[in-house]
Amino acid sequence: MRFDPAPSELFALARHRVHEAEGPGRRSFAPLQAVRHTEALIWIIPGHAPHQPMLRGLPEGVGERLHLIRPANETDLLWATEEALRSEGVGLVIAEPEKPLSLIAGRRLQLAAEAGRTTGLMLIQEGQGSNAAETRWHCAPIASERRDSTLHQWTLNKNKKGTLGTWTVYWNGKTAAVHPVSAAGKRHEPAETSR
Amino acid sequence: MAAADARAICPELITRRADLAQEAAALAGLRRWAGRYSPMVARDGPDGLIADISGVPHLFGGEAEMRAHLHARLERVGLTLSSAIAETRGAAQALARHSGGILPEGAAKEGIASLPVSSLRIGSDVAEGLARMGLNRIGDLVDLPRAPLARRFGPGLVLRLDQALGLQPEPVSPEADAPYFGVRMTMPEPIGLEADVMSGLARLLDRLCSTLAHHHRGARRLRLELHRVDRETAQVEIGLARPMRDPERIAALFKKGVSEVEAGFGIEAMRLVAHVTEDLPPEQVGGPRTIAREDALADLFSRLGNRLGFDRVLRLLPAASKIPERSFLVAPAAYSAAEPPPPQRGPDRPIIIFPPEPVITKGLGQPGHPPARFAWRRMSCTTLRADGPERIAPEWWFDDPAWRSGLRDYWRVETREGARLWLYHTPQAPAWPAQSWFAQGEFA
Repeated sequence: MRFDPAPSELFALARHRVHEAEGPGRRSFAPLQAVRHTEALIWIIPGHAPHQPMLRGLPEGVGERLHLIRPANETDLLWATEEALRSEGVGLVIAEPEKPLSLIAGRRLQLAAEAGRTTGLMLIQEGQGSNAAETRWHCAPIASERRDSTLHQWTLNKNKKGTLGTWTVYWNGKTAAVHPVSAAGKRHEPAETSR
Repeated sequence: MAAADARAICPELITRRADLAQEAAALAGLRRWAGRYSPMVARDGPDGLIADISGVPHLFGGEAEMRAHLHARLERVGLTLSSAIAETRGAAQALARHSGGILPEGAAKEGIASLPVSSLRIGSDVAEGLARMGLNRIGDLVDLPRAPLARRFGPGLVLRLDQALGLQPEPVSPEADAPYFGVRMTMPEPIGLEADVMSGLARLLDRLCSTLAHHHRGARRLRLELHRVDRETAQVEIGLARPMRDPERIAALFKKGVSEVEAGFGIEAMRLVAHVTEDLPPEQVGGPRTIAREDALADLFSRLGNRLGFDRVLRLLPAASKIPERSFLVAPAAYSAAEPPPPQRGPDRPIIIFPPEPVITKGLGQPGHPPARFAWRRMSCTTLRADGPERIAPEWWFDDPAWRSGLRDYWRVETREGARLWLYHTPQAPAWPAQSWFAQGEFA
């Protein structure tokens, strides 16, 4: 049996849970999720990090709902994430922790997301996630042969309530829609079954 | 008299710049203090106070005693003053500025007769005109027929004269005090439990918020002072993400600060001041869901701002500039409103922007084109495709050190490794070709 979700639900994160994304393309996975939430967005970036989202590059409708929080240290970052997750009126909380997430921290964030009915997305460095995460995605941009195409490879590494998978998609960073593609001669691998 | 003339007359003269704002503030303070002599005290010009003391002097033992009391009090704090008591405002004002003293009832006419006409609050041109006619003292004017005086010098002179003599009324109208948003509470017994402080705070907040509601104001910053038995004072200060006067939501923000206060032998008095307030007209509450959601968001920003600092809770605002770093503003969310960005035109922009990072080029490409191979953040990349250039010129009206290298040619570079980068090079910079390429952003 192949894992083949309906297109409308493709890459939709389960609501009221905390998810993780890693890999070099994690910061372009976040705006796709942001554009799919209609409420306020909160992006928590460490205060000393040099990068920040650029307003003109974000998908339409995201810029005016986005709020940036720049905490000074890791403790404040986790505290701010928990507070934002626990607060009503927030749709999606994106946070970029720098240290490995402990199981306690991950579980607390899950409880906060359930209490506040919000969704969280942790942009973690590779291998620094927590076991409490609902799903974990590995995102990487890949080179494409055609001009003006922005290919991404998004791999679902961990999923508490479903199967894993790898998708190669076109997503241009502007819309809520993504176009999955299958490379010629290479179909999705069937989900592994226990024998 | 000009300062140069004054210095010529007296070479040892010490001059100081006049600080009008501070003088006015000092006078306002003095006006509040003078409320002890009369409920009706008003400012009189930039250098005087006028008080209506009808029915008051007997409390001090008479007019002379009252004036002596005033002089004794103010001289003790080092102020030099001159004062007068008269039955009309004009007479008292004229007398106070010349000799001072007390005019008994009915003696105003004789009392001010010897004063110069310029003490009648008339313009200097009118005073000069009167002097040219030989009318130097008020006594010279009093008995003259009014009609020719008014015809020659205008109605202002006659009005001032009548006011000084009591023929025209001139009431003292004290200005209203600015509303003060502070409440305090003294305990019969010192308290030390956190719950007790919070319940005292709840009572203070109820009173403060009703005052705020009465004046249609909302608090933006609040300070709670806890006076301990041993004369120490602990302060807890909070900020709010937007003007607010809801006692319960404000009390929740004080909880953390109050829990950190050292109570010592007990707290005997509490004082709560809203020292920064803003207009907050009455508005619909509990309406559609969006209002509740906005309230929840404002509460969240208050909580975040009080722990992290309000300059760390930010929002992106569009700005009119082609320079990538200045094409948007990062403003504190508590002090700005969301604005939809203008529709996007022109070449694409990256999702993530960072300060320019030098890119180490490996091997020479076409001049003016992105290098075929380069290293960025210790990753070696091979250029697959490059779109550009998009030339952005510095804004000459700002001197931005980062843009002193002149024009920038921006390229969108797709690499074989996957990353899609926003590179630029500076054709105008003095040649050091190995270091003329920089990365500034990452595309989706």
